Amino acid sequence: MAEYAERRPAIQSWVRERIFLGLSIKEYLRGLIKPFNIVAAIIILIGLPFVVMRFTQGLGAVTHASQDQPWGLFLGWGLFTGVPLAATGYIMASAVYLFGLKDYHSLVRPAVLTGFIGYLFAVIFLLFDLGRPWRLPYPMTVSFGTTSVLFLVGWHVALYLSTQFVEFCPAVFEWIGSDRFRRWALGVTIGATIFGVILSTLHQSALGALFLLAPGKLHPLWYSEYIPVFFFISSIFAGLSMAIAESTVSRRALRGRTDRMDPVRAANFDRLTIGLGRAAALVLLTYFCLKWVGVAHGNHWDLLNTSWGHWFLAEVFGFVLAPCFLFAYGVRNRSARLIRFTAFFTILGVAVNRLTVSMIALNWKLPHREFFHFRELILVITIITVEILVYRWIVNRLPVHREHPDYGGAH
Amino acid sequence: MGIDRRKFLKAVAAAGGAGLVGKSKLARGVEHFTGYPDRLGVLTDLTRCVGCRTCEAACNEVNKLPPPKIPFDDQSVFEKTRRTSERAYTVVNRYPNPKPGGPPIYVKHQCRHCDEPACASACLVAAFTKTPEGAVSYNEGVCVGCRYCMTACPFYVPAYEYNDPFSPEIKKCTMCYDTRISKGGIPACVEACPMEAMTFGKRSDLIRVARKRILEHPDKYTDHIYGENEVGGTSWLYISGVPFEKLGFATDLGTKPYPELTRGFLSMVPGVLVIWPALLGGFYMFTQHRELMDEEEEEIIEEKEN
Repeated sequence: MAEYAERRPAIQSWVRERIFLGLSIKEYLRGLIKPFNIVAAIIILIGLPFVVMRFTQGLGAVTHASQDQPWGLFLGWGLFTGVPLAATGYIMASAVYLFGLKDYHSLVRPAVLTGFIGYLFAVIFLLFDLGRPWRLPYPMTVSFGTTSVLFLVGWHVALYLSTQFVEFCPAVFEWIGSDRFRRWALGVTIGATIFGVILSTLHQSALGALFLLAPGKLHPLWYSEYIPVFFFISSIFAGLSMAIAESTVSRRALRGRTDRMDPVRAANFDRLTIGLGRAAALVLLTYFCLKWVGVAHGNHWDLLNTSWGHWFLAEVFGFVLAPCFLFAYGVRNRSARLIRFTAFFTILGVAVNRLTVSMIALNWKLPHREFFHFRELILVITIITVEILVYRWIVNRLPVHREHPDYGGAH
Repeated sequence: MGIDRRKFLKAVAAAGGAGLVGKSKLARGVEHFTGYPDRLGVLTDLTRCVGCRTCEAACNEVNKLPPPKIPFDDQSVFEKTRRTSERAYTVVNRYPNPKPGGPPIYVKHQCRHCDEPACASACLVAAFTKTPEGAVSYNEGVCVGCRYCMTACPFYVPAYEYNDPFSPEIKKCTMCYDTRISKGGIPACVEACPMEAMTFGKRSDLIRVARKRILEHPDKYTDHIYGENEVGGTSWLYISGVPFEKLGFATDLGTKPYPELTRGFLSMVPGVLVIWPALLGGFYMFTQHRELMDEEEEEIIEEKEN
């Protein structure tokens, strides 16, 4: 008892430093009343009743419940768009740890965190979408559908989520202050990175391969034997763009907070942004060419001058070639500003592509189509809001955009 | 970098080992399936169907489905083209006869019980089984509710119980597998049909029957058994007096079994699992050695300066 009484102040200060940012609970709570938090709270309050509705009345209460088009926004956004955007973790980790691009080291932790949170929320979206979410572990434990591409996706997302957690562990242990575990976590970095790239290659492409089973349903301009390659290649520029977008948003949000973002790093972001933009331009160009290989392979030239063809052209020129040129132009003029804008534009393009494949161009022949229910949209916005809050909570506490004072320059 | 060779090799071995596990699991999925020899099926002769919907009523009864919104004797139901749902495993639709003055044509729609089902190859928990008797049956005990089977099915058959929050299931025609076939009976809809528009039997026999009818009455039938080759063959077969594309049948599905569409991708998986560690590990070795060389160079420069 006496021992506990002695330790109590230590525990209190530990919690205060690590959870409440060194403030007393009162100060901390008062500090939370800021416009951003108020907006977030309102969104969550609006969304909560629909969360309850989803889990008490079934999917039909919040989605369009279409028998023809069973996948809506939960998967179209949460899985098919969320996962390529979360590719930033494997892209930056492999660039720095495997290819030795040490200059980009300051971007690895934010990228791994973005990836981890991205996958975590992809799983959360999945829990909303699955008819029986509590059976999520079934493909790993109860019944193995080994012929299924989705079986591969399920396994890989689960394994990769764990891998990314391991990759992020050094930051967690620095925060907790456990030197032994931190060293252990650092020791598996290379193995985890390689494993992460393998898993990412396979499940990023597998998300596209899911649609190989829908040849009569997915419009021929998007249905291609190359669709796994399209999904994989586009995850690369999605990941590069996310690294730019993340550093942009974090730098703005943490402006003046030198305790949370190393000012030297922040000052260096522009140089790194230009480097990432350069890589993204090249990958976009590759993807642009590949898309035409897909059209040629299927010999679908005649479809280009239809309304679906115009959408295809808008996507390929507007959301692939245009950002490619903008990146290249920004690199040539050393304009980090333009590259930052283009990164957000590219992210939008990836979303357009994934939503087109998973929702818009799927079942294109059906006379009556519904895409999603407005309640589904509210839920998606609510979940994204929680996602942002979780990300911010971590960045404000863990050494993500800074070196931990105890471990400065250790890696 | 605080990583020595042993640690690195261990990590690579771990990654590779996980790869091998994945390989053996996935390799099973790419075996070829040629179909059960004595599988059963149903031949639907569209020239005989009069749209009485007795089959729908029989299906409703045997599967204990809720009463329909429009009664089974109400012809107004044909104003809209319907699909199967969780409340109706089979539906009859009406199509205008392309021959001027000809009677309308009725098409019964239900699960086709594919020989190599798309739903079964899509399912991540193997909830669908092509039984040796020919029916594609569904095991709700493992279903997670991802609804990939619905996306994969080329015939838009599986339906989901969206409004059941706690035990939603995929609903589709079972060919009366549990209720009748496994007890030596025949599907309820086949038995109920007053026009004998449907024939139940061994699929190989049904194809002979269909050929014979087409051969004996070339003026009455188009020369096509729908389901003989479509998507690799289905247990439910159709013959018709007018071309199938005029009756809402998809005629662009090809003859390739759907599991083959993803076979190429799945067989690439073990390759990536083996090649990637080698390639990426190799790059890592290059990178690490470059650092060593840089350090050596720095030492040499320092020595010279001294």
